[in-house]
Amino acid sequence: MSRIVAAMSGGVDSSVAAALVAGGTPDEVVGVWMRTHPFGGEGWEAKRSCCSPDAADDARRVAQILGIPFFVLNVEDAFGARVIDAFADAYLQGATPNPCQACNQYIKFDELLRRGLAAYGADQVATGHYARIDRIDGRWRLLRALDANKDQTYFLWVLTQEQLAATRFPLGQLSKPQVREMATQLGLPTADKPESQEICFVPAGDYRALLEERRGYAGEPGPILDAGGTRVGTHSGYAHYTVGQRHGLGVALGEAVYVREIRPASNTVVVGARDEIAQAQFTVRGRHFVAGEPPAERFEARVRIRHRAPDVACTVSLLGADGLLVETAEPVWAPAPGQGAVLYDGDECLGGGRIAHHDAAAAA
Amino acid sequence: MSIYLDHASTTPLRREALEAMLPYLSEHWGNPSSIHHSGRRARQGLDEARESVAMLLGAKPREIVFTSGGTESDNLAISGVAWAASARGRHIVTTAIEHKAVLQECALLGRHGFDVTYVGVDGDGLVDPEAVAAAINERTVLVSVMAANNEVGTVQPVAEIGSICRARRVAFHVDAVQAAPFLPIDVNAWQADVVSISGHKLYGPKGIGALFVRQGTAMVPLLQGGAQERQRRAGTENVAAAVGLATAFALAADEAMLTAESSRLSGLRDALLAGLTVIPGVHRTGHATQRLPNSASVVIDGIEGGDLVAALDLEGIEASTGSACTTGSVEPSHVLLAMGIDAERARGSLRLTLGRENTEADVVATIDAVERGVARLRAAAPAREPAEAPAAMSAAPSV
Repeated sequence: MSRIVAAMSGGVDSSVAAALVAGGTPDEVVGVWMRTHPFGGEGWEAKRSCCSPDAADDARRVAQILGIPFFVLNVEDAFGARVIDAFADAYLQGATPNPCQACNQYIKFDELLRRGLAAYGADQVATGHYARIDRIDGRWRLLRALDANKDQTYFLWVLTQEQLAATRFPLGQLSKPQVREMATQLGLPTADKPESQEICFVPAGDYRALLEERRGYAGEPGPILDAGGTRVGTHSGYAHYTVGQRHGLGVALGEAVYVREIRPASNTVVVGARDEIAQAQFTVRGRHFVAGEPPAERFEARVRIRHRAPDVACTVSLLGADGLLVETAEPVWAPAPGQGAVLYDGDECLGGGRIAHHDAAAAA
Repeated sequence: MSIYLDHASTTPLRREALEAMLPYLSEHWGNPSSIHHSGRRARQGLDEARESVAMLLGAKPREIVFTSGGTESDNLAISGVAWAASARGRHIVTTAIEHKAVLQECALLGRHGFDVTYVGVDGDGLVDPEAVAAAINERTVLVSVMAANNEVGTVQPVAEIGSICRARRVAFHVDAVQAAPFLPIDVNAWQADVVSISGHKLYGPKGIGALFVRQGTAMVPLLQGGAQERQRRAGTENVAAAVGLATAFALAADEAMLTAESSRLSGLRDALLAGLTVIPGVHRTGHATQRLPNSASVVIDGIEGGDLVAALDLEGIEASTGSACTTGSVEPSHVLLAMGIDAERARGSLRLTLGRENTEADVVATIDAVERGVARLRAAAPAREPAEAPAAMSAAPSV
């Protein structure tokens, strides 16, 4: 018999994941809610995210109903540095942050795995992610969830062999309606909780206040240029924009324009028409392969460059020490520096990397 | 069967107290303020409980106010005395290591025009009576010092402080919530004017506390709406709980007088402290000898106290980090900070508080479990390993 830590956010998915390991296996299960923020201060009661005290209450109630011990693991330090500050820094570097992926990489599958397993003497962590794990040809494989609508492998491509070996995704075979149905049948108070959509530490989706608070960035107006270098408008500060963004530019050129590039050094935002910001080739940095090694020096795959975007056929080549060159069969829309480019072979998530800046691409 | 080592948080209700309470939860259910028989019968239980508590404190029955617990007793002591005396002056002296029930009430008064002086402590958590004397001025209306600290167990020289307050004609409040189960309390020897105790810290029920208020000490009530408790605490009295408190307190006081039980506990405490502090990077907190007989507290380098408490719990050992009760908080303890322990080290705090049912075998098992838990946690957090992380590193963010 082993001991499993069920990561419980207070949402319906992790509640059912905990229920499945608690009820469906002979293993001993310990419920753990991670505290990512200090409580108190303005707006705490109003926040409806996995970081709020309400979420902790819900997680505790579910643990009580399941009859499992429940603990709070404080991860404030790591979450502040690896998720919140990294989020702010990405914007300051003209990139698009990926906080859910960072939270998986550094909090759930590092802080919780490492520290949590030590504290609770457990062997594995179970989470409410929609993804599957399988062992094929002697390697742990990360597979898409059966429910393609809910598949979360886009945020999990960073996982290693070691992490997968210590992880269970009990929801990988289930659909969201099935999960809600199970929660209702078990009488869990989280059964009807709405999906959390926004970033848990950015209330109302406005991250500008956070840039100022964490990094003292207030934003300084600067030029908006078109592809030819002509000034077509003024922005409030480059870090307030993200590649692919359409709204809030205040530019009227007769046709819709989108942010094409952000140049932090010169506080410049470059815009382009819809067809100007699609690319059939881009590079990524920080390449990672779930199986430990790339399938080949050059291989065919499918690539996804944002959550829920369709994936497209591509050819991938290793580039330098940690890069990849991705050439897509058809142009993909607005590859945003900093976002994950996640590679698939059928159902298997092979790994990926982070989309590099244009200049880095040119230099490579 | 688990080993319970968290008696400073709460204690199990002892059988004698439960049995004394039961009639007041069943047949004697009257309201003690009623004129009729049912009321009178309940009143008798309340009066007897009050007499018993008064006797144990060296006080008169009329000087005892029943409250809802230690927190209310402390709140009432601070605000009640301060507001009643506010025409004379608006200065309060307390210490940096008081329970939050005292500190936050003082802070509240601070927002309403009072000045509060927080006297510091030494590295063992001891208050210097001379520092209290020096903090008193002509506007001071109240001094509040705890008899023993809830986190590190250090026992304070309250009698000395009491005589200073008496000489300066300043009301003296003693928070005796933690001390009551172990130290003989004599409000006259302490020269105290107000003393707080709590039921559930001494094997009585939760939801009941008592406050000694020396005759002649003016006090403004916190709760309005009735003449109960000599107009100091409105609300129908919790008779059964008062009876339980009185019964448990009497038995605890008897046991505190027995040198055998006291030395048994302090023997276990010393064995715990000795066994824990031989583990590398484990340091005693609080005074070596001037501490509650049941309290062993340490800080452990390279770990998070809450993680160790969870690890111990899964091995059947119930302990505490000793600090704030907030869910998962890592706010360093104000007590440890006041003792000069740096914030990083204070995060590794562990408090083990013994009780009547603990044995030598419990101590041995606990030391062993702590040693294993600490080793496991340190191995999982290499960045915080003390051998590799000198104190200077504590300022660096863990990026």
